[in-house]
Amino acid sequence: MRRDVFQAIADPTRRAILLLIAVQAMTPNAIAEHFDTSRQAVSKHLRILTECQLLKQEQSGREIYYEVNATKMKEIDKWLEQFKKIWESRFNQLDHVLLTLKNKKS
Amino acid sequence: MNANLAFDFTVNKENNTINVKREFAADVALVWDAYTKSEILDQWWAPKPWKAKTKRMDFRNGGHWLYAMVGPNGEEHWAIANYQDIQPQKRFTGLDAFSDAEGNVKADMPQSTWDVTFSGKGDHTLVELSISYADLAQLEATIKMGFKEGLGMAMENLDELLPRLKK
Repeated sequence: MRRDVFQAIADPTRRAILLLIAVQAMTPNAIAEHFDTSRQAVSKHLRILTECQLLKQEQSGREIYYEVNATKMKEIDKWLEQFKKIWESRFNQLDHVLLTLKNKKS
Repeated sequence: MNANLAFDFTVNKENNTINVKREFAADVALVWDAYTKSEILDQWWAPKPWKAKTKRMDFRNGGHWLYAMVGPNGEEHWAIANYQDIQPQKRFTGLDAFSDAEGNVKADMPQSTWDVTFSGKGDHTLVELSISYADLAQLEATIKMGFKEGLGMAMENLDELLPRLKK
Protein backbone atom coordinates (compact mmCIF):
# COMPACT_ATOMS: atom_id res chain seq x y z
CA MET A 1 0.00 0.00 0.00
CA ARG A 2 1.28 3.40 -0.92
CA ARG A 3 1.58 5.74 2.04
CA ASP A 4 1.45 9.48 1.98
CA VAL A 5 2.25 12.13 4.53
CA PHE A 6 -1.37 12.98 5.19
CA GLN A 7 -2.16 9.46 6.26
CA ALA A 8 0.79 9.67 8.54
CA ILE A 9 -0.44 12.73 10.40
CA ALA A 10 -4.08 11.57 10.48
CA ASP A 11 -3.33 9.46 13.55
CA PRO A 12 -3.08 11.16 16.98
CA THR A 13 -0.33 8.83 18.25
CA ARG A 14 1.76 9.54 15.18
CA ARG A 15 1.28 13.26 15.66
CA ALA A 16 2.41 12.86 19.27
CA ILE A 17 5.49 10.91 18.14
CA LEU A 18 6.40 13.69 15.71
CA LEU A 19 6.08 16.32 18.43
CA LEU A 20 8.22 14.25 20.75
CA ILE A 21 11.00 13.63 18.27
CA ALA A 22 10.91 17.20 17.00
CA VAL A 23 12.69 18.21 20.22
CA GLN A 24 15.46 15.62 19.96
CA ALA A 25 16.35 12.41 18.11
CA MET A 26 15.32 9.32 20.07
CA THR A 27 15.69 5.55 20.02
CA PRO A 28 12.56 3.40 19.48
CA ASN A 29 12.69 2.27 23.11
CA ALA A 30 12.86 5.81 24.44
CA ILE A 31 9.91 6.76 22.24
CA ALA A 32 7.84 3.75 23.36
CA GLU A 33 8.32 4.71 27.02
CA HIS A 34 6.22 7.81 26.40
CA PHE A 35 3.17 5.83 25.31
CA ASP A 36 0.79 3.43 27.01
CA THR A 37 0.44 1.34 23.88
CA SER A 38 2.59 -1.72 23.20
CA ARG A 39 6.09 -1.45 21.82
CA GLN A 40 4.86 -3.24 18.70
CA ALA A 41 2.18 -0.60 18.15
CA VAL A 42 4.77 2.17 18.48
CA SER A 43 7.09 0.32 16.08
CA LYS A 44 4.30 0.17 13.54
CA HIS A 45 3.72 3.93 13.84
CA LEU A 46 7.45 4.54 13.43
CA ARG A 47 7.49 2.36 10.33
CA ILE A 48 4.59 4.27 8.77
CA LEU A 49 6.18 7.61 9.58
CA THR A 50 9.45 6.42 8.06
CA GLU A 51 7.72 5.11 4.93
CA CYS A 52 6.17 8.53 4.49
CA GLN A 53 9.62 10.07 4.85
CA LEU A 54 8.56 12.10 7.86
CA LEU A 55 11.18 10.37 9.99
CA LYS A 56 14.81 9.62 9.26
CA GLN A 57 16.87 6.90 10.90
CA GLU A 58 20.39 7.57 12.12
CA GLN A 59 22.63 4.75 13.21
CA SER A 60 24.77 5.61 16.22
CA GLY A 61 26.81 2.67 17.44
CA ARG A 62 24.33 -0.13 18.07
CA GLU A 63 21.38 2.18 18.47
CA ILE A 64 19.06 3.53 15.85
CA TYR A 65 17.85 7.05 16.43
CA TYR A 66 14.76 8.51 14.82
CA GLU A 67 14.68 12.16 13.87
CA VAL A 68 12.18 14.38 12.07
CA ASN A 69 12.66 15.02 8.37
CA ALA A 70 12.14 18.78 8.39
CA THR A 71 11.86 19.15 4.60
CA LYS A 72 8.93 16.77 4.38
CA MET A 73 7.21 18.38 7.35
CA LYS A 74 7.40 21.77 5.67
CA GLU A 75 5.62 20.38 2.62
CA ILE A 76 2.57 19.49 4.70
CA ASP A 77 2.66 22.76 6.56
CA LYS A 78 2.71 24.74 3.36
CA TRP A 79 -0.21 22.85 1.88
CA LEU A 80 -2.37 23.05 4.99
CA GLU A 81 -1.39 26.59 5.84
CA GLN A 82 -2.82 27.93 2.61
CA PHE A 83 -6.17 26.33 3.20
CA LYS A 84 -6.19 27.23 6.85
CA LYS A 85 -5.59 30.87 5.93
CA ILE A 86 -8.81 31.02 3.95
CA TRP A 87 -10.75 29.84 6.96
CA GLU A 88 -8.92 32.19 9.32
CA SER A 89 -9.73 35.09 7.06
CA ARG A 90 -13.37 34.05 6.91
CA PHE A 91 -13.69 33.66 10.65
CA ASN A 92 -12.00 36.96 11.39
CA GLN A 93 -14.58 38.61 9.19
CA LEU A 94 -17.34 36.76 11.02
CA ASP A 95 -15.94 38.00 14.35
CA HIS A 96 -16.38 41.56 13.12
CA VAL A 97 -19.86 40.89 11.76
CA LEU A 98 -20.96 39.32 15.06
CA LEU A 99 -19.60 42.25 17.01
CA THR A 100 -21.49 44.69 14.80
CA LEU A 101 -24.71 42.72 15.18
CA LYS A 102 -24.31 42.53 18.96
CA ASN A 103 -23.76 46.27 19.20
CA LYS A 104 -26.87 46.91 17.13
CA LYS A 105 -28.94 44.78 19.49
CA SER A 106 -27.82 46.42 22.71
CA MET B 1 -7.20 37.09 15.46
CA ASN B 2 -8.51 37.03 19.00
CA ALA B 3 -6.17 34.66 20.81
CA ASN B 4 -8.90 33.67 23.28
CA LEU B 5 -11.03 32.09 20.59
CA ALA B 6 -10.22 28.46 19.93
CA PHE B 7 -9.39 27.53 16.34
CA ASP B 8 -8.61 24.03 15.19
CA PHE B 9 -8.08 22.93 11.61
CA THR B 10 -7.27 19.40 10.53
CA VAL B 11 -7.30 17.59 7.24
CA ASN B 12 -7.89 13.87 7.41
CA LYS B 13 -6.77 12.33 4.16
CA GLU B 14 -7.90 8.88 5.26
CA ASN B 15 -11.56 9.76 5.07
CA ASN B 16 -11.16 12.81 2.81
CA THR B 17 -12.52 15.17 5.42
CA ILE B 18 -11.61 18.64 6.56
CA ASN B 19 -12.47 19.39 10.17
CA VAL B 20 -12.66 22.95 11.36
CA LYS B 21 -13.53 24.05 14.89
CA ARG B 22 -13.90 27.65 15.86
CA GLU B 23 -15.29 29.48 18.84
CA PHE B 24 -17.14 32.77 18.44
CA ALA B 25 -17.78 35.52 20.98
CA ALA B 26 -21.55 35.57 20.57
CA ASP B 27 -24.49 33.47 21.72
CA VAL B 28 -25.72 30.53 19.67
CA ALA B 29 -28.78 32.38 18.31
CA LEU B 30 -26.61 35.05 16.70
CA VAL B 31 -23.96 32.65 15.38
CA TRP B 32 -26.68 30.43 13.92
CA ASP B 33 -28.13 33.44 12.09
CA ALA B 34 -24.67 34.33 10.76
CA TYR B 35 -24.37 30.87 9.16
CA THR B 36 -27.91 30.58 7.88
CA LYS B 37 -29.10 34.04 6.81
CA SER B 38 -27.81 35.13 3.45
CA GLU B 39 -27.67 38.85 4.29
CA ILE B 40 -25.16 38.01 7.04
CA LEU B 41 -23.34 35.26 5.09
CA ASP B 42 -22.69 37.76 2.31
CA GLN B 43 -20.73 39.88 4.77
CA TRP B 44 -18.18 37.22 5.74
CA TRP B 45 -18.33 34.04 3.67
CA ALA B 46 -15.84 35.15 1.02
CA PRO B 47 -12.27 35.74 2.14
CA LYS B 48 -11.21 39.31 1.34
CA PRO B 49 -10.93 40.85 -1.17
CA TRP B 50 -13.51 38.46 -2.60
CA LYS B 51 -17.18 39.08 -1.84
CA ALA B 52 -20.05 36.64 -1.53
CA LYS B 53 -23.20 37.59 -3.41
CA THR B 54 -26.45 35.71 -2.81
CA LYS B 55 -28.86 35.18 -5.66
CA ARG B 56 -31.33 32.92 -3.86
CA MET B 57 -31.59 31.62 -0.31
CA ASP B 58 -34.20 29.18 0.91
CA PHE B 59 -32.98 27.84 4.22
CA ARG B 60 -35.11 24.77 4.92
CA ASN B 61 -34.79 21.01 4.45
CA GLY B 62 -34.54 20.49 0.71
CA GLY B 63 -33.96 24.20 0.09
CA HIS B 64 -30.80 25.78 -1.28
CA TRP B 65 -28.44 28.75 -1.25
CA LEU B 66 -27.24 29.95 -4.64
CA TYR B 67 -24.37 32.40 -4.39
CA ALA B 68 -21.32 33.70 -6.20
CA MET B 69 -17.83 34.43 -5.02
CA VAL B 70 -17.03 37.72 -6.72
CA GLY B 71 -13.39 38.57 -7.26
CA PRO B 72 -11.71 41.96 -7.15
CA ASN B 73 -11.90 42.18 -10.96
CA GLY B 74 -15.56 41.20 -11.04
CA GLU B 75 -14.95 37.53 -11.87
CA GLU B 76 -17.73 35.27 -10.56
CA HIS B 77 -17.60 31.68 -9.32
CA TRP B 78 -21.03 30.29 -8.61
CA ALA B 79 -21.82 27.68 -6.02
CA ILE B 80 -24.94 26.04 -4.68
CA ALA B 81 -25.54 24.57 -1.23
CA ASN B 82 -28.43 22.14 -0.89
CA TYR B 83 -29.67 21.88 2.69
CA GLN B 84 -30.64 18.45 3.95
CA ASP B 85 -31.08 18.22 7.70
CA ILE B 86 -31.75 21.38 9.66
CA GLN B 87 -32.10 21.36 13.45
CA PRO B 88 -32.42 25.02 14.45
CA GLN B 89 -29.49 26.39 16.48
CA LYS B 90 -27.97 22.89 16.70
CA ARG B 91 -26.95 21.47 13.36
CA PHE B 92 -27.37 21.56 9.62
CA THR B 93 -26.06 19.37 6.84
CA GLY B 94 -25.89 19.98 3.15
CA LEU B 95 -24.31 19.29 -0.19
CA ASP B 96 -22.04 21.93 -1.68
CA ALA B 97 -21.26 22.08 -5.38
CA PHE B 98 -19.99 24.43 -8.04
CA SER B 99 -22.70 25.60 -10.41
CA ASP B 100 -23.56 28.16 -13.05
CA ALA B 101 -25.45 31.37 -12.31
CA GLU B 102 -28.75 29.48 -12.59
CA GLY B 103 -27.77 26.86 -10.03
CA ASN B 104 -27.10 24.04 -12.48
CA VAL B 105 -24.47 21.86 -10.80
CA LYS B 106 -21.16 21.37 -12.59
CA ALA B 107 -20.86 17.63 -12.20
CA ASP B 108 -17.22 17.52 -13.26
CA MET B 109 -16.23 19.84 -10.39
CA PRO B 110 -15.62 18.77 -6.79
CA GLN B 111 -18.64 18.34 -4.51
CA SER B 112 -18.64 18.10 -0.75
CA THR B 113 -20.94 17.14 2.11
CA TRP B 114 -21.15 19.62 4.97
CA ASP B 115 -22.03 18.92 8.56
CA VAL B 116 -22.10 21.98 10.80
CA THR B 117 -22.86 21.76 14.52
CA PHE B 118 -23.35 24.57 17.04
CA SER B 119 -22.72 24.32 20.79
CA GLY B 120 -23.72 27.31 22.87
CA LYS B 121 -21.53 28.06 25.89
CA GLY B 122 -23.26 31.09 27.35
CA ASP B 123 -21.95 34.12 25.51
CA HIS B 124 -19.66 31.96 23.36
CA THR B 125 -20.50 29.44 20.68
CA LEU B 126 -18.42 26.57 19.34
CA VAL B 127 -18.95 25.74 15.67
CA GLU B 128 -17.66 22.47 14.28
CA LEU B 129 -17.55 22.00 10.53
CA SER B 130 -16.88 18.72 8.86
CA ILE B 131 -16.47 18.87 5.08
CA SER B 132 -16.21 15.52 3.31
CA TYR B 133 -15.30 14.75 -0.28
CA ALA B 134 -16.10 11.56 -2.16
CA ASP B 135 -12.43 10.99 -2.84
CA LEU B 136 -9.05 12.46 -2.23
CA ALA B 137 -8.72 13.83 -5.74
CA GLN B 138 -11.75 16.07 -5.20
CA LEU B 139 -10.37 17.45 -1.97
CA GLU B 140 -7.05 18.22 -3.59
CA ALA B 141 -8.76 19.72 -6.64
CA THR B 142 -10.77 22.06 -4.43
CA ILE B 143 -7.72 23.27 -2.61
CA LYS B 144 -5.68 23.69 -5.77
CA MET B 145 -8.54 25.42 -7.52
CA GLY B 146 -9.01 27.86 -4.65
CA PHE B 147 -5.49 29.07 -5.16
CA LYS B 148 -5.37 28.93 -8.90
CA GLU B 149 -8.47 31.10 -8.98
CA GLY B 150 -6.68 33.69 -6.97
CA LEU B 151 -7.83 33.25 -3.41
CA GLY B 152 -4.35 32.42 -2.22
CA MET B 153 -2.84 35.17 -4.27
CA ALA B 154 -5.40 37.65 -3.01
CA MET B 155 -4.61 36.75 0.55
CA GLU B 156 -0.91 37.30 0.03
CA ASN B 157 -1.72 40.66 -1.49
CA LEU B 158 -3.75 41.49 1.57
CA ASP B 159 -0.90 40.46 3.86
CA GLU B 160 1.30 42.93 2.02
CA LEU B 161 -1.32 45.63 2.04
CA LEU B 162 -2.21 45.53 5.71
CA PRO B 163 1.06 46.79 7.20
CA ARG B 164 0.95 49.73 4.80
CA LEU B 165 -2.60 50.62 5.77
CA LYS B 166 -1.74 50.63 9.45
CA LYS B 167 0.81 53.41 9.00
